[in-house]
Amino acid sequence: MTALLNDFLALSSVWGVLLTLAAFGAGALINRLTGKAFFNPLLLGSIFVIILLSVLKIPYADYKESAAPVSYLLLPATISLAIPLYEKWNLLKENAAAIIAGISVGTFISMGSALVLAVVFDLSHEQYVTLLPKSVTTAISMDVAAELGGITALTGAIVILTGIAGNLLAEAVCKWFHITDPIAKGVGIGTSAHAVGTSKALQMGEVEGAMSGLSIAVAGILTAVLCPVFAQLLR
Amino acid sequence: MRYLYQFARIMAFCFLGEILHEALPLPIPASIYGLILLLAALKTGIVKLEQVKEVGNFLTGIFPLLFVPAAVGVMELWVQLGEMAIPIIIAIVPVTILVLASAGRTTQLFTGKRRKQVPAAVQDGAGEAEEKEASHDSITE
Repeated sequence: MTALLNDFLALSSVWGVLLTLAAFGAGALINRLTGKAFFNPLLLGSIFVIILLSVLKIPYADYKESAAPVSYLLLPATISLAIPLYEKWNLLKENAAAIIAGISVGTFISMGSALVLAVVFDLSHEQYVTLLPKSVTTAISMDVAAELGGITALTGAIVILTGIAGNLLAEAVCKWFHITDPIAKGVGIGTSAHAVGTSKALQMGEVEGAMSGLSIAVAGILTAVLCPVFAQLLR
Repeated sequence: MRYLYQFARIMAFCFLGEILHEALPLPIPASIYGLILLLAALKTGIVKLEQVKEVGNFLTGIFPLLFVPAAVGVMELWVQLGEMAIPIIIAIVPVTILVLASAGRTTQLFTGKRRKQVPAAVQDGAGEAEEKEASHDSITE
């Protein structure tokens, strides 16, 4: 039965894309019906795909290949973040110092935490550099992890999970820490939870979304530059 | 056809980003080069907002969907995840809260200060002016 299914799927070129859309759509539907932030479409959609692949014994590599057109759009989508940035340019220019200060502090704390965790839990250098770039977008973090000798796929998974955590917690954290300024909210979300968090920021407001998008780029570049330095700190 | 041209323009910036990524020895991915180039093109007027807007907004709108295939990759990494489960969980939840809060609070500290500078110069009745300034700001935003 599973052999037959795998044979058929090998002939089909759209099933991965269709499965991704259907799983995400089901997740979005549940999210809307329950109104609970925890039932996040990305989280639910990914879980549905994992369950289906596991039950039908379809290898992840096959799904990944078939769903490649979805991942492919990440590049043009990231570049399109220039549009909300352009639309909010004046706000950005007026608050440049505040924004850069916030992103820098957040990025240092993110990488410093990885260092502390590595020391406390006695992680190997490979595990440490896997964890180091976890707050920035997959495109950058996986490149950085590969360059420093980390486990690239694991970095990707941690980055996505970090993004989901940031997405789910963003509103609550802003409330707990009395972050009311939309610029500050966007900077916090983009710096801590990259593009997955930004999708939440875009829902919160245009300013939040634009600032979060900006933070992905700035925090990403800062991380790419500082990671080799941090990697040297623990051999 | 309008959407086709818009998509073509965005893809052209992807390509330019890839060229820069290959040509320059910096550890910056193609997406960030492309983002900066598109922003520069919009700022200088080489590309008009209407020439990329709809397709660009569509792409940023479906962002979470695009991460599903990568997120499903977790299913192959249970062993490596298990080996360092506790530091990973700490890195994912408490550290993310810490980073979000520290970055957000730092930015708010500065944006808050900047807004208070104007009425502070008036000296007397600064509190009242501050409130006015604050409410004015929130309206204009």
